[in-house]
Amino acid sequence: MQTSSTIPVSADSGEPWVLPHRGIVGMWCLIAAESAIFLIFVVAYIFYLGKNLSGPLPSQVLELPIVGTICLLSSSFTVHAAVTALRKGNVRRCTLALALTILLGAAFLLTTAKEWHYLIYEAGLTIQTNLFGTTYYSLVGLHATHVVVGLLLLIAAFLFSLSGRVTEAHADRLEVLSLYWHFVDAIWVVVFLVVYVIGR
Amino acid sequence: MAIHHLAAPKLVSIAQTNGILRSTFEFHPRPVAVEYFRQADGTKEARLNVLCVATILFTKLAGRAKCLSVPRYSAVLTGLLVFSAREALASSPTNIFDPAATPAHSIFSLSMLVLSVTLAIFLIVGGLLLYALIRFRHRPSDSDHEPAQIYGSNQIELSWTVIPILIVVMLFLSTTRVIWQTEAAPKPSGALDVVVIGHQFWWEYQYPKLGVITANELHIPISDPKSPTPTYLEMSSADVSHSFWVPRLAGKTDLIPNRINTMWIDPPETGLYLGQCAQYCGAQHAKMLLRVYAQSPADFAAWVKQQQQPAQADLSNNPLAEEGRVVFLHNACINCHTVSGTSATGRFGPDLTHLASRDTIAAGSIENTPQNLRKWIADPNVLKPGCLMPSMHLHDHDLDVITAYLTTLH
Amino acid sequence: MANATTTLEAIDLTTPVTRPPGPGVVYEWLTTVDHKKIGLMYIVYALLFLVVGGVQALIMRIQLAVPNNHFVSPQVFNQSFTMHGTTMIFFVAVPVLFGFGNYLIPLMIGARDMAFPRLNAFSFWLSAFGGFLLYLSYFAASGLYGAGSAPDVGWFAYAPLTAKVFSPGHSTDYWTLAVLMSGIGTTGTAINIVATTICMRCKGMTLTRMPLLVWLYLVTSCMVFVAVSPLTAAQIMLCLDRYIGSHFFDTQAGGSAVLWMHFFWIFGHPEVYILILPSFAFINEIVPVFSRKAIFGYPAMVAASVGIGFISLSVWAHHMFTVGMGPAGNTFFVFATMVISVPTGIKMFNWLATIWGGKVIYRVPMLFAVGFLFQFLIAGLTGITLSVAPFDWQLSASYFVVAHFHYVIVGGILFALFAAFYYWYPKMTGRMMNERLGKWHFWLFVIGFHVTFDFMHIPGLLGMPRRVYTYEAGRGWEIWNLLVGIGAIIQGIATLIFVYNLIHSYFRGKEAGPDPWDAWTLEWATLSPPPSYNFAIEPTITSRRPLWDLKHPEDPDSSYE
Repeated sequence: MQTSSTIPVSADSGEPWVLPHRGIVGMWCLIAAESAIFLIFVVAYIFYLGKNLSGPLPSQVLELPIVGTICLLSSSFTVHAAVTALRKGNVRRCTLALALTILLGAAFLLTTAKEWHYLIYEAGLTIQTNLFGTTYYSLVGLHATHVVVGLLLLIAAFLFSLSGRVTEAHADRLEVLSLYWHFVDAIWVVVFLVVYVIGR
Repeated sequence: MAIHHLAAPKLVSIAQTNGILRSTFEFHPRPVAVEYFRQADGTKEARLNVLCVATILFTKLAGRAKCLSVPRYSAVLTGLLVFSAREALASSPTNIFDPAATPAHSIFSLSMLVLSVTLAIFLIVGGLLLYALIRFRHRPSDSDHEPAQIYGSNQIELSWTVIPILIVVMLFLSTTRVIWQTEAAPKPSGALDVVVIGHQFWWEYQYPKLGVITANELHIPISDPKSPTPTYLEMSSADVSHSFWVPRLAGKTDLIPNRINTMWIDPPETGLYLGQCAQYCGAQHAKMLLRVYAQSPADFAAWVKQQQQPAQADLSNNPLAEEGRVVFLHNACINCHTVSGTSATGRFGPDLTHLASRDTIAAGSIENTPQNLRKWIADPNVLKPGCLMPSMHLHDHDLDVITAYLTTLH
Repeated sequence: MANATTTLEAIDLTTPVTRPPGPGVVYEWLTTVDHKKIGLMYIVYALLFLVVGGVQALIMRIQLAVPNNHFVSPQVFNQSFTMHGTTMIFFVAVPVLFGFGNYLIPLMIGARDMAFPRLNAFSFWLSAFGGFLLYLSYFAASGLYGAGSAPDVGWFAYAPLTAKVFSPGHSTDYWTLAVLMSGIGTTGTAINIVATTICMRCKGMTLTRMPLLVWLYLVTSCMVFVAVSPLTAAQIMLCLDRYIGSHFFDTQAGGSAVLWMHFFWIFGHPEVYILILPSFAFINEIVPVFSRKAIFGYPAMVAASVGIGFISLSVWAHHMFTVGMGPAGNTFFVFATMVISVPTGIKMFNWLATIWGGKVIYRVPMLFAVGFLFQFLIAGLTGITLSVAPFDWQLSASYFVVAHFHYVIVGGILFALFAAFYYWYPKMTGRMMNERLGKWHFWLFVIGFHVTFDFMHIPGLLGMPRRVYTYEAGRGWEIWNLLVGIGAIIQGIATLIFVYNLIHSYFRGKEAGPDPWDAWTLEWATLSPPPSYNFAIEPTITSRRPLWDLKHPEDPDSSYE
C-alpha cells in the first residue's frame, strides 16, 4: 500500500536558497567552545595573581616575548594570503604562503621553548613551584598545544598543496583551517596581555 | 466509516445519606475507538485512534469505590497527611520549622512567605491546567473538525510576563533584607568568639579568649534578647570542605580549607541542639554529628572553668588509671591527641583532656561509656569504618587500663 | 522531474529492503555514520545505563530504609551515590537527549543527514568509551594499598576531597577521564547540531519556520559550547594537580577549593538546562499534536527559550549560597535565579494556552506530557523556594534539594522522555508501542514517583543532609525514608514494564505507517522507519506546519504567519 504525502513547491522559486558553509559554522562553534576553555584558564590565572605563598614572581622572571609574538601574528597574514591565493587559483603562491606560515609558527614555538628552558633551569620555576608556576605553564602550555595542532594541520595542507592535490575547489576548506589559525593568534593576544602585561 | 460512541458513565442516582452526598455511577468498561478520515487532495488518508483514558480510569475508580464519595475520600486523605506530618514534625529535634535562635527565626518567617507565594501559584496555575485538561478533552460527541487554531496573542504574553516579574521583585526584596540582616549583622560587645575547625570526621572548637580547646560538643551560653550575648563562630577546615548545620539554630555555613567563614547563633533557651555535617567530606561524613549545648551563664562559666584545667596529675588512688596513663603516653596515641598537663601534644585528632566530661565519642555517634570507649580504641574502624583513627592493636590488658585512664579525664 | 509539477512526492515508493541478520549487521552498526542509527545507538546505550543507575538508586534506598542499616558498607554507599549521579547525568540523560536530537533534527528540517556524519559517529563512540571507562573503575581502579575502586567523591567531585592526598588510588582519575571524554563527545554533537541547523535546512525553512524542537536543540547546543568547556578545563586542572603536582585546587599550597566550585557550577547549572531544554522540545511537539492545536505563541516560545539559555549562564552560584560569598554575591545570584523563573513561566503558560480550547486526546504520549506539566510546575516552585538564599542556607545539601532536582530530572525530563519514546517509536521502528502496557507503565510510574519524591522533601525539612550512608534514629526521618524506598521499587517495576514494551512492540506492535498521530512536522512525511536517505526529494515548505497545510489546504498556516 502506498502511503505518501506531498509537500508543495513554492510557485515562484524567488531568491536562491543559500545557507552558510557548514565548515565555517562548525569551526566557529569549535572556537566558541575552545574560547570558553581558555577563559577558565585565564580566570584561574587572574584569580591567583598575588596569592603566591613563595617562589619566583612574574615580575622577577617574565620578559615580553616580542619576537615570538611578531612571528605568530605575522603568520595570520601569511595564512590569509594562502587562502586568497587559492581562491584565485594560484596554487604555487598558496603553497609558498603555507610554508611561511608553518615556519613562523614553528619560530614562535621555539621562542616559547627557549623561555621555558630559562624558567625551569635558571629561574627555578616549574608547574609545581607555586601558584604562578601552575597557572603560567598550564595557560601558555594549553596555547602552545593548540599551536602544535594547528601546525600539524597546516603541514598536512602544505604537503597536499605541494603534491598538487589542492585546487580552487578546496578554498573553503582551507579557509576553515585559516579560521582556526586566526583563533590561535587571537588567544595569544589575550594570553600576552594577561600574562606579560597585566600580570607582571 | 465506523464511529463508536464513547461510553460515558451514566449517573444513576444521587442520594443524601447522613448528610453526605453520594453518587453512584454505572459504567461501561469497554474501551472505545473512534476513527476519523482525513482527505487531502484525494491522495492521502490518515487514521486517528482516540481513547479517553483518564476519564475512563477515574470513573472506574470512582465506580469501584462506591462506599466513598470524592469529598469524603479527600477529607480522609488530607486528615491522614496532616496527622502524620504533625507527628513527624513535632518529634524531630532538627526541624527547620521549629526555630530556636534569631537566624533560624528570620529564615522561618521568610520561608513562610515564600511557601505561601509558591503555594498560591501552584493552586492557581495547577488549577487552571487541571481545568483545561478536563474541560477541553476530546469527547466522542465532538465533530470531526479540528478546533480553532489560535497562534498567539501579544497582550496575553505581556500579562503573563509582567505579573511574574512583579512577584519576583517582591520576593527578591524580602530575601535581600534577610540576607543583609543575617550576614552583615554588627557584632555586639558581649559576644562569645569560638573558632571551629572541621576535620575528617570530627569538630574542633577553640575559645581563644578563654584558653579552651575541645572537640565535638560545643558549649555556648544562652543569649538574653534584652542584652544579647550571641556566639560568633569563625570557621575553617584542616582538610576538606565540611558544613556546620544545626537546623534549629541557623542555616548552614561551610567550613572550607584556606578560607574563613563566619556565622552566629543566639539561642535564648537552654538545651541540646542537634545537627550534623552537611557537606560530603569522605567515608564517614554521615557520622560527623553536631551537639550544641546552650547553657545558662552560670553553668557555662562553670564548664569553662573546668575545661581550662589541665588533666589531674595525681592518679595515685586509681592504680589502673595510673598504669593506663603510662601506656597511653608510650603509645602512638600522643602523635594525634593532646592531654594538657602531659607530654601528649598531638593536634591531628581531638583534644582528650576532658574526654570523660563529654556525652558522646566519635563525633556524637557513640555514647560515651567505658564499654564503648574500649570498643572504640580496640578498633575504631569497626564502629566507624573509614575514619582516620587507626587501631593500635593493643592487647586486652592495655585496653582496660587505657580506658580506665581516659575515664578519669573529666 | 521536479520543477514543473505543483506537488512533489517526498516519499520513495520502493519497498524498504530487509537484509537478513548476520555478521554484516554488526559491521554496519559499528561503522555507520547515519544519524538515525547513531541516534538509536545513543538511545539504547542510555537505556542500559538507566537500568544500572536505577539499581544503584535501589541499593541506596534499601540501605537508608531504616536507620543504622548494614545492607552495604559506607564505602559502597558512597561509590553508589557518586556513580548514580555521574551515570544518570552523563551516560543516561545526555546521550538519550542527544540521541533523540540526532535522530529527529535532520528529519524535521528536511535534510538527509547531519552536517558532519563522521564527527557524529566519533562523538558517539567517544562518549560510549567514557561510560565504559567509568565502569571499568569498579575493577581496575585499585591503586597502591588497594585504595580506590569506583569513584566515591560525589558527582560534583569537590576539591580538595579529589586531591591525591584525600583520594588515593585511581578512582577519581577514572571519574575525571570518563566525564572528560563524554564532554568532548557532547561538544562534538553540539557542533554538529548547530552546523546542521544553520546550514542544512530545506528550502523555505527559514529560522522562524523551524519546529520548536529544532530551536531548542539549537539553543541547547550553543549552551554546550559555553558550559561544558569550563568542566573540561577544570578537569584538565584536576588531572594536572593529581599527576604533575600543580596547585590549582591544592589548599595546602594556597589553592582554592571555592575555585573548583565556581568552575564546576559554571558548568553544572547550565548543564541541567542543557538537559531540560530538549525535554521542553519534546513537550513543544507533543502537546500541540494531542491538543489538536498549533502551539500558542511560537515567537514568545523561541524568545523564552533563548532567554532561559542566556540567563542560565549567570545563576550558577546559587549552588554556593553557603560558601560565604558575602551578602553582595548572594544577592546577585538570588536575583538571577529568580529572574529565570519568568521565561520558564512563560513557557508553562503557553503550553496551558495551547491546551485551552483544544481537543485533548489522552494517548500515552499525552499522559506523560501531562505528568510533565504538573511535575515541572512543582519542581519550578521548589526551585523558587531554593532561590531564596536564607531558606537555601537551611535546605542546601539536604534531602529537600535532592527531592527538588529529582523532581525536575525524573518528574520533568524523564517523563518528557517517556512521552517522546511513545510518540516517536512508531517513526523509528514502524510499529506502535502497546497502549495498554503504556498505561500500566504510566500509572505505576506516576504513583511510584510521587510516593518517592513528594515524601523525600520532608526529611530535608527535618534536617537530613544528603550523601549520608546512614542516619540517627529519633530525628523523625525513618518513616519518610522507608516510604521513599517503597516508591523507588514501584518505579523500578514500571520501568521494567516500559523496557518490556519497547522490546515486545518491536516484534509484535501494530504497524504504524508514516503518520500515526496525524501530526504536522516533516518527520511524519516519510516512511516509518525512514529510508537511509530520509527524503527522496528534499522538500520545500511554506509554513511552520507543512503537513497541516497539506491536510487543510483551505486553511493553511502560511496565511497566518
